[in-house]
Amino acid sequence: MLIANIVGLATIALIIWWFWLYKPEAKNALKTDVEVIVKDGVYSPALINVPTGKPIQLRFTRLDESPCAEMLLIPELEISEQLLVNKETEIVLPALTIGEYKFHCQMNMYKGLIRAI
Amino acid sequence: MKNKEPSQQLIIEGAGCASCVGKIESAIQSTAGVVSAEMNFADRTVMVSGTAHANELIKAVESAGYNAKLLDNAKADQILDEKEAADWEYYKKLLRDTFIALSLGIPLMIYGLFIGEMTVVTTTERISWLIVGIATLGVMYFSGKHFYVGAWNSFKNHSANMDTLIAVGTGTAWIYSMVVVLSPDVLPFLARHVYFEATAMIIGLINLGLALELKARGKTSQAIKRLIGLQAKTAIVIRDNKEVEIGIEQVLENDVVKVKPGQKVPVDGEVVDGHTAIDESMLTGEPIPVEKNVSDQVVAGTLNKSGLILFRATRVGKDTALAQIINMVKKAQNSKPPIGRLADSISAYFVPAVMIISVLSALAWLNFGPEPAIAFATVSATTVLIIACPCALGLATPMSVMVGVGKAAEAGVLIRNGEALQTASKVTAMILDKTGTITEGAPKVTDIVLANATDEKSVLQLAASLENGSEHPLAEAILESAALKKIELLKIQSFKAITGQGVKARCEGKSLLFGNAKLMAEEDVDLTGFTGRAQSLAKEAKTPMYFAVDGELAAIIAVADPIKHDSISAIKRLQANGIKVIMLTGDNRETAAAVALKVGISEFYAEVLPEDKASKVKELQNLGEIVGMTGDGINDAPALALADVGFAIGTGTDVAIESADVTLMRGSLHGLADAIAVSKATLRNIKQNLFGAFIYNIAGIPVAAGVLYPVFGILLSPVIAGAAMAFSSLTVVSNANRLRLFKSRES
Ligand SMILES: [Cu+2]
Repeated sequence: MLIANIVGLATIALIIWWFWLYKPEAKNALKTDVEVIVKDGVYSPALINVPTGKPIQLRFTRLDESPCAEMLLIPELEISEQLLVNKETEIVLPALTIGEYKFHCQMNMYKGLIRAI
Repeated sequence: MKNKEPSQQLIIEGAGCASCVGKIESAIQSTAGVVSAEMNFADRTVMVSGTAHANELIKAVESAGYNAKLLDNAKADQILDEKEAADWEYYKKLLRDTFIALSLGIPLMIYGLFIGEMTVVTTTERISWLIVGIATLGVMYFSGKHFYVGAWNSFKNHSANMDTLIAVGTGTAWIYSMVVVLSPDVLPFLARHVYFEATAMIIGLINLGLALELKARGKTSQAIKRLIGLQAKTAIVIRDNKEVEIGIEQVLENDVVKVKPGQKVPVDGEVVDGHTAIDESMLTGEPIPVEKNVSDQVVAGTLNKSGLILFRATRVGKDTALAQIINMVKKAQNSKPPIGRLADSISAYFVPAVMIISVLSALAWLNFGPEPAIAFATVSATTVLIIACPCALGLATPMSVMVGVGKAAEAGVLIRNGEALQTASKVTAMILDKTGTITEGAPKVTDIVLANATDEKSVLQLAASLENGSEHPLAEAILESAALKKIELLKIQSFKAITGQGVKARCEGKSLLFGNAKLMAEEDVDLTGFTGRAQSLAKEAKTPMYFAVDGELAAIIAVADPIKHDSISAIKRLQANGIKVIMLTGDNRETAAAVALKVGISEFYAEVLPEDKASKVKELQNLGEIVGMTGDGINDAPALALADVGFAIGTGTDVAIESADVTLMRGSLHGLADAIAVSKATLRNIKQNLFGAFIYNIAGIPVAAGVLYPVFGILLSPVIAGAAMAFSSLTVVSNANRLRLFKSRES
């Protein structure tokens, strides 16, 4: 019984750490042309580092049939684009100022972040 | 994939003669990577195959002395068709998955309910349940793979969604059952129960829910489909004195386009020949066809009713009003009103929180529950995971906005974004500009009261001749009236405009005076017996002007800006919604009072300078009102911008789409009342959805965890949780679809 309780509490601690406390590090170098694959519920990469002051091209390829994946929104930039299945959709972002720009699907299930640095 | 060279199509501008063809083709062919280039002279396009980049090709054409641009093949209706085909494929896949999962789940459930115990005691039972367990694994693979893959992918990304919940929930049930089958000895005797039916049923039901949701979602985009469907597919253009039928994406600016009766106008343009009536109701909501003559504007997507016209294309492709409207509606449909933000910020924490609750619930059963505690713990943990539905929360706002914004567009109301939609629903005070908003905005001669003159015609002839060339809006009314009666204008000498009073001049030896009472007083014209008449005209919202010939009053000419025929009923609709309606005008007090009285507005401000309109908005805001401002978008721009919601009223499709929060495509104020009504209905719908989704989760999760068990002995089955979860998001989408039935206009 004691073991079960410890395992349970440890699971809770892990959930909190893994989903909430962990801060991901972006690995990709600063690029102005980024390819993003939409597949199985996620954008990859979900974290994109881009330089400021230059227009950015994002090329989304949607391989996910779920209707959730259909719309790509970047609310701060007032961008909403329909992604077609098995097609590449190019989105051109204006030159950004330093900061974080979230992108997500219409329901906020697929999430990603553009970091202009 | 076919092994073929990639090809692209360019539109060439400036190719006037057939000899250009060779020049263009060879310019393109000499570009690196081009395999072949073939020009179709009739529709001015070149089909290029090869790997060369479009920019290189355009450069090559330009260096040959022509302009080129890439033909955008992804036309809106094609995108739509492709989307529908993809959705249909996915729908079939989901139904197949449902079928596979349910054909295992339902027999198992029937067995468990009516025939036997789902416990494992004998070796034969172990073997049969092992086979069922493997079959369930097959179901998980064939029908539920997308949940597990999705869950794993988002887990790797440190995020969690509905897939996570389904995968962990069904996985837990299956693993527990397999432990029962493979090594029953680790579990107490009472706990040796299998839950394979739960895993199979949940996967089946959730797939079914997703399939139905997909169907329902299709309906939410009906309005945009209708708009896209308005586009003509082809156009007849006249090139080299010949008529050619080409795809609308190939129509160039300045092409002369021919539209026969019964055909749609393919691009925007200006009529150069012929006259007709055009039905613009699909864009503006205005039911009466509009007369079009030479130099009038025609708009893509509208329907030519009666005559044959030729027009010069002024805006093509992505620049047509229709394309811009489609774009704007799409954008607005995907933007979120502030009310949706709470749900968004909750959804970021939702899934991990549910997982934690699930673990806590299991621990509670293990520590305090009755025997077999471990079985109860597993069931409650699974049920909590399955019943929680983050998608109902996620869908609540976007689905309603999608339908509401579309519905508004159908009524000729373009809402800029979700925020404008939400604020429009809360407007407490609406400021209406008088001229052009409540009234037609084009003054007309309403009365000619004769004094010493003998006939109206000669009065009008002299007055019109006098006003010819004057830029005063009232002068225009008089000129138009004269033109309508086909009166010829006379030559005028020594014209003089007296600011704030009127004009004076000589004509055919007579001295003419035209203006207000002040002018007459200064020129010693006797008005006795007529001032009363002038005053009563002024009370009817008309502007009376005195016209004198050789120092004697000849007539009073009254000019008025007529009130739009449906302004009164539209203002009533606004007031019935509890909105305080206020009128602003630059006109004099008397006219303003008369108009206000006629349309039933009690609060009005006259003689307001254009630059003071904005400060009036500010004043009302300081009183705590949420202020809507309705105006024509050009003169009223600062006030529109300052108001909480600016409504730009357009006539026809000549609208400043970018300028206002809400654009009313038709001149009628009913568009305004519609805009308010639609936004109110949408906001109500969003609230219902959000409320439903919150209550569902707030009530469902504790019940699934077993809070009702100690008192009522109720513990939900995971299968019921699966059904509830699947249908909760379906309910949200269906409720949003109810908005489609919303009737904006009072009948
Ligand atoms: Cu759900």
